[in-house]
Order: sequence, then C-alpha cells, then structure tokens
Amino acid sequence: MPTRVEQMRDALQAAFPENDTIRVSLDMAVIDVAPDQLVSVCQQLHDDPALSFKQMSDLCGVDFATYGSTEWSTDTGNMASFSRAVNASSTGSLTFNTGLDLPASDQPRFVVIYHLLSLDHNVRCRVRCAAPDDEMPVVPSITPVWNNADWYEREAFDLFGILFDGHADLRRILTDYGFTGHPFRKDFPLIGTVEMRYDSVKERVVYEPVSIEPRVLVPRVIREDSRYASGESVSKTESDAAKKNDA
Amino acid sequence: MPEIRNYTLNFGPQHPAAHGVLRLVLEMDGEVVERADPHIGLLHRGTEKLAESKPYNQTIGYMDRLDYVSMMCNEHGYVMAIEKLLEVEVPKRAQYIRTMFDEITRILNHLMWLGAHGLDIGAMSIFLYCFREREDLMDCYEAVSGARLHATYYRPGGVARDLPDRMPQYEASRFTSKAAASKLNDKRQGNMLDFLEDFVQRFPKCVDEYETLLTDNRIWKQRTVGIGVVTPERALQLGFTGPMLRGSNIEWDLRKKQPYEVYDELDFDIPVGVNGDSYDRYLVRIEEMRQSNRIIKQCIDWLRVNEGPTITEDHKIAPPRRAEMKGDMESLIHHFKLFTEGFCLPEGEAYAAVEHPKGEFGCFLVSDGANKPYRLKVRAPGFPHLASLDEMARGHMLSDVVALIGTQDIVFGEIDR
Repeated sequence: MPTRVEQMRDALQAAFPENDTIRVSLDMAVIDVAPDQLVSVCQQLHDDPALSFKQMSDLCGVDFATYGSTEWSTDTGNMASFSRAVNASSTGSLTFNTGLDLPASDQPRFVVIYHLLSLDHNVRCRVRCAAPDDEMPVVPSITPVWNNADWYEREAFDLFGILFDGHADLRRILTDYGFTGHPFRKDFPLIGTVEMRYDSVKERVVYEPVSIEPRVLVPRVIREDSRYASGESVSKTESDAAKKNDA
Repeated sequence: MPEIRNYTLNFGPQHPAAHGVLRLVLEMDGEVVERADPHIGLLHRGTEKLAESKPYNQTIGYMDRLDYVSMMCNEHGYVMAIEKLLEVEVPKRAQYIRTMFDEITRILNHLMWLGAHGLDIGAMSIFLYCFREREDLMDCYEAVSGARLHATYYRPGGVARDLPDRMPQYEASRFTSKAAASKLNDKRQGNMLDFLEDFVQRFPKCVDEYETLLTDNRIWKQRTVGIGVVTPERALQLGFTGPMLRGSNIEWDLRKKQPYEVYDELDFDIPVGVNGDSYDRYLVRIEEMRQSNRIIKQCIDWLRVNEGPTITEDHKIAPPRRAEMKGDMESLIHHFKLFTEGFCLPEGEAYAAVEHPKGEFGCFLVSDGANKPYRLKVRAPGFPHLASLDEMARGHMLSDVVALIGTQDIVFGEIDR
C-alpha cells in the first residue's frame, strides 16, 4: 500500500512526465522546476484535480553560497584549534567592510522554495526553482496562481534580492525604509552594516557604521556521523557527486 | 457644504489598536477605506538569520519570541522540524505533555485575542475577565519551566523536565496581605495537574461568562456580523489557515488531518463557521477554547496514571541526567559536547507544521549536516492574514479596520520575525 506521499509522487510524475527530478524527501514529494516553466507547472499543480494544490503554505528564498562550508573542518586536532574559530571564514565572524569570499561553485546560488498544500488529497509538496543568474537572480512571479505569494515574494526580494518577474509591487517589506543590501544573503554580516542612534547635537537620528565586534561563539562544524550515512542528501552535494562520477 | 476629498491616513505604528507596531497607510474616501497598505517590519529582528549562527538547541528560546502570546506552539513547530530530520522518537509521556501545553497555549492565545479584540471594539470588561483566567495558565507555564512567558520548555526529543509536584506559591507582600496570599495559595497546594484540573473544571463556566457579555450583545454583533467576509475560495487563495480558514467554512485542522503527537488518540471536535465574517471567527475561537479544555482534561487523566521518561535517552541530542554526569565519564563527555558544540543534523530539508492557535505554524529547515541550521524559514500564520487586510478592508469604514485587525489575531513578533 503506497503512502499518500508516494501516491502524490506518482501523480506528479504522471502530470509532468518530462521532469526527472521528482522524488520523495523525508515526508514530502519534491519537484525541481526551471524558471521558464514555473508558471505553467504551478498552474497545473493548482488546477489538475489529481494534484489540486489549492493553497501555497510558504515561499522562501535560500542562498546556497556557503552550503557545506564550516569554521572548524578538521579531523585531527592541531595547534591552531582556537584561532581557527576566531579567524574563521564565515558570516558570523565577518568584520565590518570586508567582503566575504564566497566559495566558487557552478551550482545556482539562489533557489526559491515553495511549499504547497493540497486539501483534497491531504498532502504537501515542495517545488524548488533555482534562479539561473547569481548576479541578477530572476524567477517568474506566481501571484496569479496563488495570490498570497505577493508578500512572500516581496520578502524573498527584500531578504535575498531575488527578483520576481511579473510581480506588480515588488517593494521591500521587512527591512527599514531606505535600507541597502539584502540581509539574508550569506555574504551579509550578521550584525549588519549600520547602527542607528539619536544625535542630540543634530537633533535627529543618525546612521553610523557598526561599532560592535562580531565573533563566533560556537563554531560551525559538520561531523561525519555513521548513523546518518544512509540518509538521503537532497541538495548540492548529491548533484556534485553525480557530476564527479560523470567526469 | 464643505467639499469631501480623498485623503491618506496614517494608522500607527503607535496606536493601541495596531496590536504592536503596525503602520497602516489608508487611502480614504470620506470615512470609507479605498486601499489599505500595511507597512510591516518594524519588529524585524532577523530571527531566521540569528538561527543560522547558533547551534540548534540555542534557537528554541528565539521561537518563544516569535508569536509571544503562544510561546510553546512556536517551539513545537521548531523542535518537530529538528525531530523530523533526526528521526528521533519522542517518549509517550512527553507527547502528552506537549499536547497538553499546546492546548493550554491555545487557550492563552485565544484569551489574549478575545480580550484585545473586545477592547478594540469597545467592550472594556471582557479584557479583565480574560486576563483573570490567563493568570492561572501562566502559572502552569511558570511551574513547569520557571518562566511565565518565554518558557523554552520543548526540546528536541521531548520536554525539558517532567511536570512538577508543587506549584509556585504566593507570598505576602506590600500588595498582598497574608490572608490574601494564603487564599490565593489554596488551589496551589497539590501538584501541577491538580491545579490544572481545578482550572479545567472552572473554565467552561468562564467561557459562558464571556459569551453572556458578547455573543448576543447588540453592539458586538453590529461591529462584527458581516464585517470582513471572506469566501472559502478566497480564503484558500489568500493562504488562510487556522480559525481564519475555519471561519470561512473550510474544515481544515492539522490536529485532525495530519495528526502529530497524540491528537489522534484524543476526542475533540473542530468548529467551523458559516458566513466567513468576523462574528463567525469569534464563535469558532470561543468553541476552540471549549474543545481545548476537553483535550487538556483528557491529557490530565492520562498523565496521572502513566509515568515514564519525558525526553529521549539519546544523549547525543538530550543532556544526560545530572547524577549520571557526576559518576560516568561518557555522560560527562556527552554533556560537554552537547553544550559546547550542540548536535549535528543529517543533511536534508524538512518542513514541519503544527496547528498553532493562529493557524499553520511551519518551520522549514535546510541542513547541510552541520550543528547549525543552514537556513530556517518560519511560516508564520499571521503573515498571509495581514497581507489580506487590503482585500478585507476595502469598502469598510475606518472603525471596521480596527475590528479586522482584531479578528485576524495579529501579533507582530511572528509576522516581522
């Protein structure tokens, strides 16, 4: 007896026979869609009675620039143990005005992830759409299909700088008026770039470069854990490995 | 005759009916709203970005501060996402405790909502009644976690500790006489379950009391019936969940449809509205409080007779007991590693959703195998609700906007994140 999720995976495969990315990840059917097909695929996900994803639960951007990188990557102890954390190479320990060197990757950096809910079939589905250009990530807007994507797309634009083609009113939503930069990008420092205070001489609020020192309290580590060795890895490393095998 | 012109009205961010820090730019035609443009983000703290810089277990406290009137439900969504990736088993007793506290939280949230909503529309006394009952429930929070609001009680693999045998007691002070303190302590002599059972016995009467104040109140009905009507089709399009969706006559509740913890073993009903207006949403929430009360009663009965562990025995995820740590080297190492480095999640993506008092609260975790989340996205139920304010408010009067903000149960901690 296939589970609801497996049934949904089969229904998705039947609806999109060309797409070879349809899979089940944990408890959800996942499908990767190219930006140029996104709107038509979403429309079908919404309208097709076998799928019937009438509601979009969530839309979010993800920046995969530093995926899999750590501040503490060694299997053996050495003399530099402490300074490795202090002089680390991640967003958490960025000092002001120094850009972070993002590791070069041929994978798309920005991915928009949609979580859909089908009330008729009582099942969820995840749609992943990677923006092809890292410098100017553009993905078509799906507001005509699910109207509540409006604010979610504004949020993804605000936080990641992902542009949604066809969105009627793509303004910033969460950050301050006149904010520069996209704070959830991995090269944006955790402490931000400016701080604000009231200047009693000028009698107004002034913005200044941040003065606090960022630091890492707990370094980021990835442990080899045999318990999860058989676990499914969904994202880039898997496709990286596949590429290596091909080469 | 003076000429009536269209003008733009700034509502908030400092306005008692703005429920926090909502700035609303209203385009008015006389007293009729033509367009509402909510400006949010005044409470944006970057919780999701902060989570990326901290080990998993240090973010639980941030979850309390998202929707700060239903703290434990936020934690629940977050720990469920972690548990999904870890595939860790939660002990039965912990599941019952979580279910019980989810429902306590639901009542807490709905009482806050009812009081504030009443106050917005002009019913003064309901606020005082609601806060009277809220106090008892917050005492339960305090008994179990030490904090009345930001509990950090749910942990990956269970809950922080078992239910206490003793309730916190009032002490005589400048404001409370000895006699008054001892009167307050009367109900607090037994353990937490005794105290809560006493509350559960009393509470249906209290809900009746609220209803005598509002349900058939002429002014209340004038202000809510037919205000902010949302059709079922629009409710789905706008991403409504929770009482907002059920108020529009769609029977959808994750506790029934996609049961988590022990909801499939409990007996409760899902109230549904008919007209999709503010009054129906009010009735739905009132009935939800009664149903939550039923669930709490069933949980109390189960918890009284069933002992057991309240957190997983896997010490890679949950700290070992204090006593073990003193004598056992391995436990000491586990404890040290857990609190200096945390635990690593297997690589993958997980979305976990709970039926939060306001709707569907989802946590989307992307893990690259590290001890910190690669990306955490919180799906706040209030976010799509507030986004629909423009559509709901169009053509209504200015004073109805206040009623609409109330009926949407807006809390900015979760919307701005």
